[in-house]
Amino acid sequence: MKFINYLKSIDGISIYPMITLILFGMFFLVILMWVSKANQKYIKDAKNIPLKD
Amino acid sequence: MQIEKFSYDNRPVKWFAYATIFWGIIGFVVGLWIAIAIWLPGLNLNWAPTTFGRMRPVHTNAVIFAFVGNGIFMGVYYSLQRLTKARIFNDTLTRIHFWGWQLIIVFGALTLWMGYSTGKEYAELEWPLDIAITLIWVVFGINMFGTIIKRRESHLYVAIWFYIATWVTVAMLHIVNSIELPISLTKSYSWYAGVQDALVQWWYGHNAVAFFLTTPYLGLMYYFLPKAANRPVYSYRLSIVHFWALIFIYIWAGPHHLLYTSLPDWAQSLGVVFSVMLIAPSWGGMINGLFTLRGAWDRVREDAVLKFMVVAITAYGMATFEGPMLSLKNVNAISHFTDWTIAHVHVGALGWNGFLTFAVLYWLIPRMFQTTLYSKSLANAHFWLGTLGIIFYAIPMYWAGFTQSLNWKTFTPEGTLQYTFLDTVNMLKPMYQLRSLGGLLFLVGACIMVYNLIKTVKAGTFLADEPAEAPALVKHQKHEGEHWHRVIERRPIQMLVLSLVVVGIGGILEIIPTFLVKTNIPTISSVKPYSPLELHGRDIYIAEGCYTCHSQMVRPFRDEVKRYGEYSKAGEFVYDHPFQWGSKRTGPDLARVGAKYNNAWHFSHMYDPTSTSEGSIMPRYPWLLNKSIDIRQTPKMIRAMQTMNVPYEVDYANRANQDLEAQAKVIVDDLMKDKGVQQVLELEGVKNLQYSKVVALIAYLQRIGTDIKKQPVESLPEH
Repeated sequence: MKFINYLKSIDGISIYPMITLILFGMFFLVILMWVSKANQKYIKDAKNIPLKD
Repeated sequence: MQIEKFSYDNRPVKWFAYATIFWGIIGFVVGLWIAIAIWLPGLNLNWAPTTFGRMRPVHTNAVIFAFVGNGIFMGVYYSLQRLTKARIFNDTLTRIHFWGWQLIIVFGALTLWMGYSTGKEYAELEWPLDIAITLIWVVFGINMFGTIIKRRESHLYVAIWFYIATWVTVAMLHIVNSIELPISLTKSYSWYAGVQDALVQWWYGHNAVAFFLTTPYLGLMYYFLPKAANRPVYSYRLSIVHFWALIFIYIWAGPHHLLYTSLPDWAQSLGVVFSVMLIAPSWGGMINGLFTLRGAWDRVREDAVLKFMVVAITAYGMATFEGPMLSLKNVNAISHFTDWTIAHVHVGALGWNGFLTFAVLYWLIPRMFQTTLYSKSLANAHFWLGTLGIIFYAIPMYWAGFTQSLNWKTFTPEGTLQYTFLDTVNMLKPMYQLRSLGGLLFLVGACIMVYNLIKTVKAGTFLADEPAEAPALVKHQKHEGEHWHRVIERRPIQMLVLSLVVVGIGGILEIIPTFLVKTNIPTISSVKPYSPLELHGRDIYIAEGCYTCHSQMVRPFRDEVKRYGEYSKAGEFVYDHPFQWGSKRTGPDLARVGAKYNNAWHFSHMYDPTSTSEGSIMPRYPWLLNKSIDIRQTPKMIRAMQTMNVPYEVDYANRANQDLEAQAKVIVDDLMKDKGVQQVLELEGVKNLQYSKVVALIAYLQRIGTDIKKQPVESLPEH
């Protein structure tokens, strides 16, 4: 049985692209939010790791 | 807090550094060789292994997997130990990794020279080597994750994220693209066919650039640039966004290599959109790199390492601006199949990868040998020769690319094509000669580096075990309100899984729909499987690397339809394991070459291309006359095709050779009518023409693109 038959049998598959788009947008939103709120000390510590040895 | 004493292992760094240099020189020499062979085709020495079609995969594989590959391992083994404050996980695995990778390279080069090729660009190595690559990649992964797990630094610095994403994505790409059906130790067929094969291949090919040539080198940039400039990276926040955005977007952009081809439109559009978005993270990374040097620009004047780095990062910026531009359909219509693409990739390869590797070598080797660089002025000479080399390489290739696209598309007022393909080829020869000069300058620069580094090594003493100390890692106690990302970035395995999910989404959403053949690929009833002789001919076409100069894809443009014939349809390629659309037209497209010339023309053309096409730069293929096909393989070939759903009759494998012989006889009888052919046969002492490779190849060439001529096609839209 070809894969398409399984896909076709899923109810409401047309909503999937919309979910994908929202997930895509959310992904960047979350990263940007985290970066903007990240702890100053953590950023400073991590930034200087290469210079520590 | 207890301070632990340990040592960093510099041995693998040294080995990989030497391997980087050695394979780099080999890769550059082969590159220069084929650059000259393009305007001096006699340089193939009338010998298969030194012919362009076989040398070009050796060049690309040597530069990507041997030069840059060893460069990655050199940089990772050095920086990872220091960033994690831990010695590499296991010394034995390190040795297996090093020698395993070098063996793969040696066997890879030898087999490519011998003509064992899968015919898929940058993935030409045959299946036993594909398996070996997978195993050695796993060894590298164990060593890397082992080191990360036993680290003494709680945070994973952003460079390590790039290494993790590289490891997991390359593993995924390599495995998916290498699914093939072996028929012997040295021959296999891609599991995918036609449009699907093209999409998987360019999903792989594009991301080989992304995750082999870019992300690991960005990791190196984030470590070695702050070290060389002695200041932290400009913005660590930007580096986080750079990382996630880059790995998420990059994976989608593959279809931009297939614009205006028979790939379904939705997949092409997806590729364009994501390619344009790629500018943002790429330039974020470039800006982060260049701004790291703020306040240190005076040192760039003095320090060769920083000079190389600045040009490398600038080249990265140029290539990643140009890439999205080339992905726009209207630009791609001009640039695709021309030398513009060659210019583009070499700005990246010579500038970004080459110069960053040189910078790291100049920085690392004196440190590991506890001395200073033998000669700063030689390093500066290398820098200027290399930079001039890039300029002399890129500008003539841009010029050649524009010339090609303009000439190919020019019509006379009467509506006929202004230039033959060969007219344009002849105009390009001076550009090709200048490009060779660029390659030569780059190579001479690299040789100066080799001398400089040998002198440096001789003057110093190698520090194999570099003493270090760091407090033991205290097990982290999770506290209230801690941010989720800090939890992930402390846990490498979760990081790996999340990276895989992020890169996996793009791959799955692009590839799976293309596998739903019936909806995306119109089946054309007149398209039939290849005959046994044609299959043998196709294998020769792949082995000789014909796809490195000839495309098999007529795009739906007025000039292409006029020059080559009806534009290509997705349904024509359903039995092509692997697809052979190609990516470059040094020679003309062959998608409609079948039945265009007679058999004797093809025979003479293979024996001496200039005899039929004056001024041709195609090399001679005289060995095709005396070398025979192995008809014992025919049943296996047919059975392999049947396994992949190519509709031959059930018991056809056993009687395929009867058809093969009959078809060969028809071609031979036709060839023998030609006086020119007879003279060549006598001159070359050809005994066994019926089973010769040239007859099989002619059978294949005469078949290409003819199926569709048997039925009427709809009127074609003009672009």
